Amino acid sequence: MSAIRHIAVHVFRESVRDKVLYNLVLFALMLMGVSYLLAQLSAGQEIKIIKDLGLAAMSLFGLFIAVFIGIGLVSKEVERRSIYALLAKPIRRQELVIGKYAGLVLTLLVNISVMTVAYYAVLGVMAWVNGSWFKPHWEAPALDPALLKAIAMIGLQLMIVTAVALLFSTFSSPMLAAALTIGLYIVGHFNADLKNFETVVDSRPVVYLARAMYYVLPNLAPFDIKAQIVHGIHVPAGLLLLNTAYAFVYIAALLAAASLIFTRRDFK
Amino acid sequence: MSRRDRPRVCALALACLLIAAVGLQVVRDRAYAQGASDDRLLYVSSGRVIEKLALSYDAVLADAYWIRALQHYGHEHLKPEGSKSYDLLYPLLDLTTTLDPHFIIAYRFGAPFLAEPKPDGAGRPDLAIALLKKGIGATPDKWDYYHDIGFVYYWHLHDYERAAEWFKRGGDRPGAPWWLKTYAAVMLVRGGDRHASRFMWQQMAQSESAWLREASGRRLMQLDALDQIDALQRASESFTARAGQIASSWEQLIAAGVVRGVPLDPDGAPYLLDAVSGDVGLGRDSTLRPLPTEPAAAPELARAATPPTP
Repeated sequence: MSAIRHIAVHVFRESVRDKVLYNLVLFALMLMGVSYLLAQLSAGQEIKIIKDLGLAAMSLFGLFIAVFIGIGLVSKEVERRSIYALLAKPIRRQELVIGKYAGLVLTLLVNISVMTVAYYAVLGVMAWVNGSWFKPHWEAPALDPALLKAIAMIGLQLMIVTAVALLFSTFSSPMLAAALTIGLYIVGHFNADLKNFETVVDSRPVVYLARAMYYVLPNLAPFDIKAQIVHGIHVPAGLLLLNTAYAFVYIAALLAAASLIFTRRDFK
Repeated sequence: MSRRDRPRVCALALACLLIAAVGLQVVRDRAYAQGASDDRLLYVSSGRVIEKLALSYDAVLADAYWIRALQHYGHEHLKPEGSKSYDLLYPLLDLTTTLDPHFIIAYRFGAPFLAEPKPDGAGRPDLAIALLKKGIGATPDKWDYYHDIGFVYYWHLHDYERAAEWFKRGGDRPGAPWWLKTYAAVMLVRGGDRHASRFMWQQMAQSESAWLREASGRRLMQLDALDQIDALQRASESFTARAGQIASSWEQLIAAGVVRGVPLDPDGAPYLLDAVSGDVGLGRDSTLRPLPTEPAAAPELARAATPPTP
């Protein structure tokens, strides 16, 4: 456990050294700039648009971090040959995989937390400028605590993407791992179509294959509750709980697969 | 150059180069002016396709299309009469609402401007109704959409029975205001009576939405102007009957004591008195032009309003 913690802290420090957290400045500047512009452009919809934009930016920035750092977690160690020094230490390979994953998740969580603070700050300023925390024609208050639910779902989604990136990182090159991870991310938003494949294809085997893929591939679409939250639509607690349980189980499966591959990998 | 001076020299060079780049840009723009970007381009016309391509960023894309719809409307609105074309308004609003089916303002902003006759709107009440029905598909209990459909039938299509039907359906929704059901009754009994119009626009003027309040305020001023024009027309006709000649100017009516001064419309522009026909109308520079085509009174009302012949 202590080895995992040390590796995680090391990955986090490395991310900080790699100036990954600079994106926070970009995020804050973008939100502030956009809020100023939107006041002139959106016909009273600036709060809604800032909410949409802030959540989308958190998701997008997080995705870039998850993919582009995740794919290098293991492969970079192999390329730099620092893997030999690491493996010579009394660390199990599974611990290395889990520690690397935990480190990147820590980076993501710090990112999301800081972005959330900046996000609420900008919304607070906008509400103050508008002279009200809630207006009758807004569907939800400016500083709606329910936004945290959407942010939590973004975090879970990014944790899955990080695990996917790490899995590919254990056996392929960074470029290929990036392509595969982004591919799976896209598929993850489309795969509800796989479930209803019989509406477009007659062949039973193909339908069964599609359905099997639907269950095996990550299903990310249910994590997207941004629009409902922004519109003040109730999101059932059951869905949030099931999403959380699904994310943790799926991540565990991905880490198990990554550990398995990494354990069997020959570095000679 | 010493090592200490190097950063300063670099910063100076950077500033000079940036200034030079800006200067070149200005010179190039003057010499070879580029045409304005084609804001009439829709990029993607299928809402379903763009919704798929948006992955989980559909709400942000909806916002972008919403801003484009506003820009399109504003841009066309400012063009001189005759060159205005709102043909992209519906596709843009359709894309916006496909990407974000709960974007209330897109339905409620879009419908009035789609229904508004040319040149101030697209002159397509059918599309306004289609857009609002799409909104009902996404949020069946939103009474505002039923109200807006009823209003399009009432104000633009003058179909009072349909208007009454939609007002009634809206009034049956949970949380609908009490006055919505009274609209239905008003429609069936009073049809296009100006009092009924005023009552509806007054209700809309209470809206939380600033642009709806503004639009309703303008409509109410137009209704006031219609009342004033009717009164002035009667005054002009009574002068003609008394003097045996058509009043050719306001001065003539002022001298005869029919009006106290040059009458101004609710926005402060003087009314026009046609020297040939004696008809009263809005001044050429009035911001209230064009006046709305009033819904005709329901046949029952018209009969009731007609004084019995002796």
